[in-house]
Amino acid sequence: MLPLLRHARYVLSENPVTGLAFGLFALFLIAALFGPVLAPYNPLQSNAAMALKPPSAAHWFGTDQLGRDIFSRVLVATRLDLTIAFASVILAFMLGALSGVAAGYFGGWTDRIVGRLADTIMAFPLFVLAMGIVAALGNEVINIVIATAIINFPLYARVARAEANVRRDAGFVEAARLSGNGEARVVLGHVLPNIMPIMMVQMSLTMGYAILNAAGLSFIGLGVRPPDAEWGIMVAEGANFIQSGEWWIALFPGATLMLAVFCFNLLGDGLRDIIDPRMRT
Amino acid sequence: MSTVPPGPLLDVAELAKRFTVGAKQGLLARATSFRKPVAPLPQLHAVDEVSFTIGRGETVGLVGESGCGKSTLVRLINRLLDPTSGSIRLGGTELADFKARDFAANPHRARIQMVFQDAGDSLNPRYTAADAIADPVRRLKKTSGAELTARVEALADMTGLPRELLSRFPHQLSGGQKARVGIARAIAVEPELLILDEPTAALDVSVQVVILQLLQQLKRELGMSYLFVSHDLNVVRLLCDRVLVMYLGKVVEQGPAAEVFADPRHPYTRALISAIPQAVPEQRAGRLRLDGEPRSPIDPDPRVCRFYGRCPKGTPRCAEEMPLLHPAGAARQVACHFA
Repeated sequence: MLPLLRHARYVLSENPVTGLAFGLFALFLIAALFGPVLAPYNPLQSNAAMALKPPSAAHWFGTDQLGRDIFSRVLVATRLDLTIAFASVILAFMLGALSGVAAGYFGGWTDRIVGRLADTIMAFPLFVLAMGIVAALGNEVINIVIATAIINFPLYARVARAEANVRRDAGFVEAARLSGNGEARVVLGHVLPNIMPIMMVQMSLTMGYAILNAAGLSFIGLGVRPPDAEWGIMVAEGANFIQSGEWWIALFPGATLMLAVFCFNLLGDGLRDIIDPRMRT
Repeated sequence: MSTVPPGPLLDVAELAKRFTVGAKQGLLARATSFRKPVAPLPQLHAVDEVSFTIGRGETVGLVGESGCGKSTLVRLINRLLDPTSGSIRLGGTELADFKARDFAANPHRARIQMVFQDAGDSLNPRYTAADAIADPVRRLKKTSGAELTARVEALADMTGLPRELLSRFPHQLSGGQKARVGIARAIAVEPELLILDEPTAALDVSVQVVILQLLQQLKRELGMSYLFVSHDLNVVRLLCDRVLVMYLGKVVEQGPAAEVFADPRHPYTRALISAIPQAVPEQRAGRLRLDGEPRSPIDPDPRVCRFYGRCPKGTPRCAEEMPLLHPAGAARQVACHFA
């Protein structure tokens, strides 16, 4: 583990932007874990006397139309948004990477079935498909996770398929078979670890996309329901007040959302450098 | 193995592998062509009725140009590929009946191992040298824990790989070190037959010698038999007891290496041997040069000699009657009408 840490430090010193992304990620993680404890106000407590106040020392991000503290709400919403994104990315990774690697390695019918399934999903406008899935399964958070995983599935399956396909005739795969590894072990123990760096980048990139997707579904009223704090809903609620000059209601959750997507995209590149052993010197 | 069964270690008989080439007909074409007879798809004869034996402790060289079926033959013998027909008997056990995809779990798996041509490509980039060597021991000998570590270190010592390098990944090793890891992995489960697929092709000349000496030494210590595939005829002459010459999927000549090199009978063997670089210009005279391209291995005419068209002899008889492998001397066989 120690060489990995030393290597991580090397990568961070070489690439300060990755360091910034990791710093942001740490902040988001702290917010997700301890948000409810750190929040200065109760995020659900309305206070008619304090409604629509601009940012101040007492309310850093201002208050919304019900007088709720926006900073507290943004902070508390982190956990929900990240949980949805993490869960859907992990689900998409498990489904997509496994079926994609199997398709690329075995070819034939496995390849055809996985390929056509991915094509079918890609044939829909993805956000509309996600809306349809949530509408059909029921308006609940777990269904946002499932819908986001399904629309991300083809991305994972295709990348995994292409990467496994180039490696299926590699010498180390034949050597693994000679060493007594059955087909399942060759796929999971020899081929899959080699495509993990690429999958990590893919996960980080789709992580940002998954956050956007979850917020987007909430924005149009699917999934998370008010008064729960969630970035997408908060932007939707704040949108009604932008014209009348109360910009802070939509701006702060929106900026946080942007920062999260930005952070995960940068994180992808950094993670690849750390995980790929060929980058280790 | 307390009792050693008599006979050769490896007995390959009439082994053939044909690949179907050309696009398979689609669903639409098949559905609409039900009245027309379906034309048989063209077949590529990669390995065509090959028979030979390898004795215990013997080193047999396999030579031939690129695309002659050496690699396919090797993959058939080490059971990574299923033959179309024929038999592969290892010490009396028929291996051709086992399916290649299930052979990893077969108790006979450990008996045939292989050293790959490109040591770099044959090592998993995400496995350290120790992991690579331990993999077959763990899977085939069901060893784990301290016993496994001790075995890996013993193998590193045997192959001359410094123990400090065991924790390194392939990209941190030199070509010679990677070759040693590949050899250590192949001998880890004490195979009876070790296939060497151009083990030195990717190495510097200075390292080649060291690796070849290591292989010779290991063979003596472990009592293995070698099937040595190589382009380097000088190495074959030096290391091999017997040699097999392949051309377009067929064995065209076989016999003791010294005899074959001193007195090649088949025109192809003669051309191969005269292509060995000579330091003395006078000895380059009388060199046999081959013109033209090899015949197509796809649906070859079973009556025409495979070498016809490129052969300096090439009589009408060669185009009408395929020469069979027939005895030529005490321990030799040649497939040519004129040898």
